[in-house]
Amino acid sequence: MKRYFGRKVLIYFLTFFLAVTIDWMIPRFMPGNPIQTMLSRAQLHAGAYERIYDYYAGLFGLDLPAWQQYLNFWKALFHGDLGISVLLFPTPVTKVIMNALPYDLFLLVPAILLSWFAGNWFGAFAARSKWLDNTISPLGYILTATPYMWLGIVLAWAFGIVLDIFPISGGYSFALRPHLSWTFIGSLLQHWFLPFASLFLVKFGGWAIGMRNMIIYELEADYAHYLEALGAPKRLVRQYAFRNAILPQLTGLALDLGIIVAGALATEIVFSYPGIGYLLLGAIQNKDYFLIQGCFLFIILGVLLANFIIDIAYVLVDPRTRTGMMGEAS
Amino acid sequence: MTESKKKNEILYFALRNNKLKLGVAVLFVFVVLTLIGPLLTDYAPYDYVGPPYHPPSAEYWFGTTTFGQDVFTQFILGLKATFMVGIIGGGLATLIGVVVGFTAGYRGGVVDEVLNMLTNIVLVIPTLAMLLIIAAYLTVRGVLAESVFIGCTAWPWAARAIRAQTFSLRSRDFVDLARLSGMRSWKIILSQIAPNMMSYLLLVFILQFGGAILTAATLDFIGLGPTNAVSLGLMMNNAVLWGALLLGMWWWFVPPGVAIMAIVGALYVTNVGLDEVFNPKLREM
Repeated sequence: MKRYFGRKVLIYFLTFFLAVTIDWMIPRFMPGNPIQTMLSRAQLHAGAYERIYDYYAGLFGLDLPAWQQYLNFWKALFHGDLGISVLLFPTPVTKVIMNALPYDLFLLVPAILLSWFAGNWFGAFAARSKWLDNTISPLGYILTATPYMWLGIVLAWAFGIVLDIFPISGGYSFALRPHLSWTFIGSLLQHWFLPFASLFLVKFGGWAIGMRNMIIYELEADYAHYLEALGAPKRLVRQYAFRNAILPQLTGLALDLGIIVAGALATEIVFSYPGIGYLLLGAIQNKDYFLIQGCFLFIILGVLLANFIIDIAYVLVDPRTRTGMMGEAS
Repeated sequence: MTESKKKNEILYFALRNNKLKLGVAVLFVFVVLTLIGPLLTDYAPYDYVGPPYHPPSAEYWFGTTTFGQDVFTQFILGLKATFMVGIIGGGLATLIGVVVGFTAGYRGGVVDEVLNMLTNIVLVIPTLAMLLIIAAYLTVRGVLAESVFIGCTAWPWAARAIRAQTFSLRSRDFVDLARLSGMRSWKIILSQIAPNMMSYLLLVFILQFGGAILTAATLDFIGLGPTNAVSLGLMMNNAVLWGALLLGMWWWFVPPGVAIMAIVGALYVTNVGLDEVFNPKLREM
């Protein structure tokens, strides 16, 4: 178990290091210059332009040698300093992201967990009966092949415009100010439902299909046949198959996190839901480089943390990792 | 003799598999549409050819946009971009996965450790977030560049799966025998190991194909897709941007989504069908 976690933690550290490096490198080695873009908006006199350019280059530390800029980037990072947002000047990036983060957690955590449990549950049932298999499986394939944002658009159109039941944009009603009251919580939930539903439905399809196929594989395994030959009740065999099939599904959850996050980004954009995805879009459109970097870092941190939680869950579910029989387990 | 018998057997099961037939049929329809589509329309995708806000009619099959552009023309060209991203992006991802997987699985040792580490790292990084940032800094983007980006970030799970398969094949008797007879490593991989995994590689490619299409659609929708071409994701992006939702112009955003759903869904169903054909254990389901 020590070895298992040791390897995992090493990989997470390397990933974080690499991600921060990429985050630092991209703006510096890509065509285009943030200061130039910023200054091109202000119509400046040629002489003034150069002076101001130098001033900003010094302010952002862009006139230092590359290695020093890199070290400074890390130093600032450990102080929680990600720069100041241009889009929402003069709020620090960390604060902007902290304001958006609750919406992301509120959207992603229930969507991921509920779709995983529900998908596995229904998928296991689908492998059990012909009738369910013929309804859930095609539905699952259709759902898992649907782009998140398109499902979001269609839901927004159907429930927001045609039926006019749910609001289609924002995190809460614009008539309200954020405060603690039932009206406000109700408004939050109302705005939350459609983005949640589009994330949930797509993922639900994927997990249901995965579980159904896994169970069918497991039921063809030797141990299942052996149990059957011993005269074990079908229920018991199914139970064993389910417990074995849940492991790849758990690994699948870890592998899928990046895709779910991407889906959430797109869904937030459809519904103008004020999470990090929506923020990132604004940052990209306004060339707010500090905010882009900050969003990327938070996404990476979130995914790494979620991966670590799944690793712990894996140890809890699979006794083999505990005894060190699977040091290289995925 | 046995070789041809085996082929006949696969063909026999392939023709009996409904999932495979359905998936291939749907894909075939879309491929034909992509190929002959340009003959069915005389417009350019972004030209203002008709009245704005026009619902589908005999003249404009899928209606027109807020600006009076022909949705059907954009749809056909968007399909082409979608297939291109799938083939190039999915193909590149499979290729990298194959090279990394074979090398890591066959060599083992330090090479395996290093490649495995690299795979795990790329696996954890949310690639779309990375693509977003790269795309945000490029001012001119094409379908080809987009496909290459997607291919370069989508390979890790394929590499891992192929590595595991190679690992189990490496210690088989026929591979040992080839090694004893002095065959070179890459030749053993190509002539002894790869042929035993061909069906598996095909399945990996199909899944990568579908995945690349979905990734591209997301990227395009966010507005970071090709700047000089039409794509299905870009159509959805424009539709939302120019108020298709509020104006009730369903004909603008429904076709691109349905097409992506149908193509990717058909790929997944084909994948399961093929799996059932290749894997004798699953045949009698």
